[in-house]
Amino acid sequence: MHTDYDEADVRRLIEQLASTIAASFPADRPINVVGIRTRGELLAHRLVELLGLKGYGKVGRGTLDITLYRDDLSEIGPRPLVKPTQLAIQVDDVPLLLVDDVLFTGRSIRAALNLLNDFGRPSVIRLAVLVDRGGRELPIQPDFVGVKLADVPKDYRVNVRLKEIDGGDEIVVEKR
Amino acid sequence: MTQTDTWTRKHLLTLEELSADEIRFVLDTAHSFKEVSTRSVKKVPALRGKVVVNAFFEDSTRTRTSFELAAQRLGADVIAFTEKGSSVSKGETLVDTARNIEAMGVDVIVCRHQAAGSAQVLARTLGCSIVNAGDGAHEHPTQGLLDLYTIRERFGRIEGLKVAIVGDIANSRVARSDLWGLKKMGAEVILVGPPTLLPKSFEKLGARVVHSLDEVIGEVDVVNMLRVQFERIKSSQFPTVREFTRFFGLTWDRFQKCKPGVFVMHPGPMNRGIEISSDIADGPQSGILKQVTNGLAVRMAVLYLVTQTSGR
Repeated sequence: MHTDYDEADVRRLIEQLASTIAASFPADRPINVVGIRTRGELLAHRLVELLGLKGYGKVGRGTLDITLYRDDLSEIGPRPLVKPTQLAIQVDDVPLLLVDDVLFTGRSIRAALNLLNDFGRPSVIRLAVLVDRGGRELPIQPDFVGVKLADVPKDYRVNVRLKEIDGGDEIVVEKR
Repeated sequence: MTQTDTWTRKHLLTLEELSADEIRFVLDTAHSFKEVSTRSVKKVPALRGKVVVNAFFEDSTRTRTSFELAAQRLGADVIAFTEKGSSVSKGETLVDTARNIEAMGVDVIVCRHQAAGSAQVLARTLGCSIVNAGDGAHEHPTQGLLDLYTIRERFGRIEGLKVAIVGDIANSRVARSDLWGLKKMGAEVILVGPPTLLPKSFEKLGARVVHSLDEVIGEVDVVNMLRVQFERIKSSQFPTVREFTRFFGLTWDRFQKCKPGVFVMHPGPMNRGIEISSDIADGPQSGILKQVTNGLAVRMAVLYLVTQTSGR
């Protein structure tokens, strides 16, 4: 199994995502766009830029580091560096768009929701992901999806690479 | 992933054994944990279901409280164990006491003990993580780490700074941990104290040893004043309090000779008017309360790191 999306594909998917999101939130009302570190954060930045071009002027930005909220914390190998969560925004009573690169089991999103709960109570939380690869272990579904990849086997990894840190944009499905 | 963004140690026993990369990793992790203390809910579930025992065989208020709060902020269950009224006062050995504590399903023992090397002994004997909270006059690694963190926060770096550690060096575990940490991070360390409390042998550890504070006060970026530990000092080691203050105290007159922007530190508790005068301790160039704040973040980072590692 080897499904590739190149730079042009990824740009198109993100633009489509931004358009669908824009159709759901009024441009003159505040909204917070919050990405899950690392690639969700980068996607959130790009979505904020695209929403800006569509006339959104009251967009709060934030980044979540969900490491301390993971339910498999004691099972993941040597410690990578924990980074801070950055939410210098009004969380309460404002719609919040949560952004991640790949939705798989749903456990990262559960961790992100628990983390958000410690900061306040958004009026509504919606989830945008670039890739939904199926395989959910929790009752969590996305509201906005770039591309849905059906039935990716568990022993395959969906890698989203973004030029800010990976040198180029692409989505690659490869065996673990 | 590079070597610099991982941590594989199960214990924190000394700064002597940590590499510069490992020290940097703890400081960077602590920076993230400091953010947790700025939230309205100052708690994360990283140690949920884990048990941390504070086993303090010596008196302590700030270190014990700091570890206790750090563990609570990580969601751990925390038990305080003190020697007074325990089986230790009935003659039980440290190892037997610790083994009994561990048998109750403990994940971390934070240990302070009057014997140098006690933390190492426990780490060799027990299966849980051991964090050294001060072993005799040997080391106090979390104090060393919080001092490094506070210096780095103030100057943006540690490398190239000149740091004077002043006072009762011989009895100070803080001085040893600071010395190891500062040297590894590229600072120049000058130890200052009377010959009775600062043997020349400290030069072998890579420090410059001087016996007059006036000789170096104008050249250092950081001056770390140690507490005179009257409870440990033999009378033959110490002049009169007045004489100590005259030669080694950070008095207002002496403070005027410091470099502009000098950073004043003290691990506490302070003997005000003896090693440091109150107007300096409470003044704008004092980092003493910042040290306390940063201590919490550093201890959260340490507890988190040692509990997430299965190796030794």
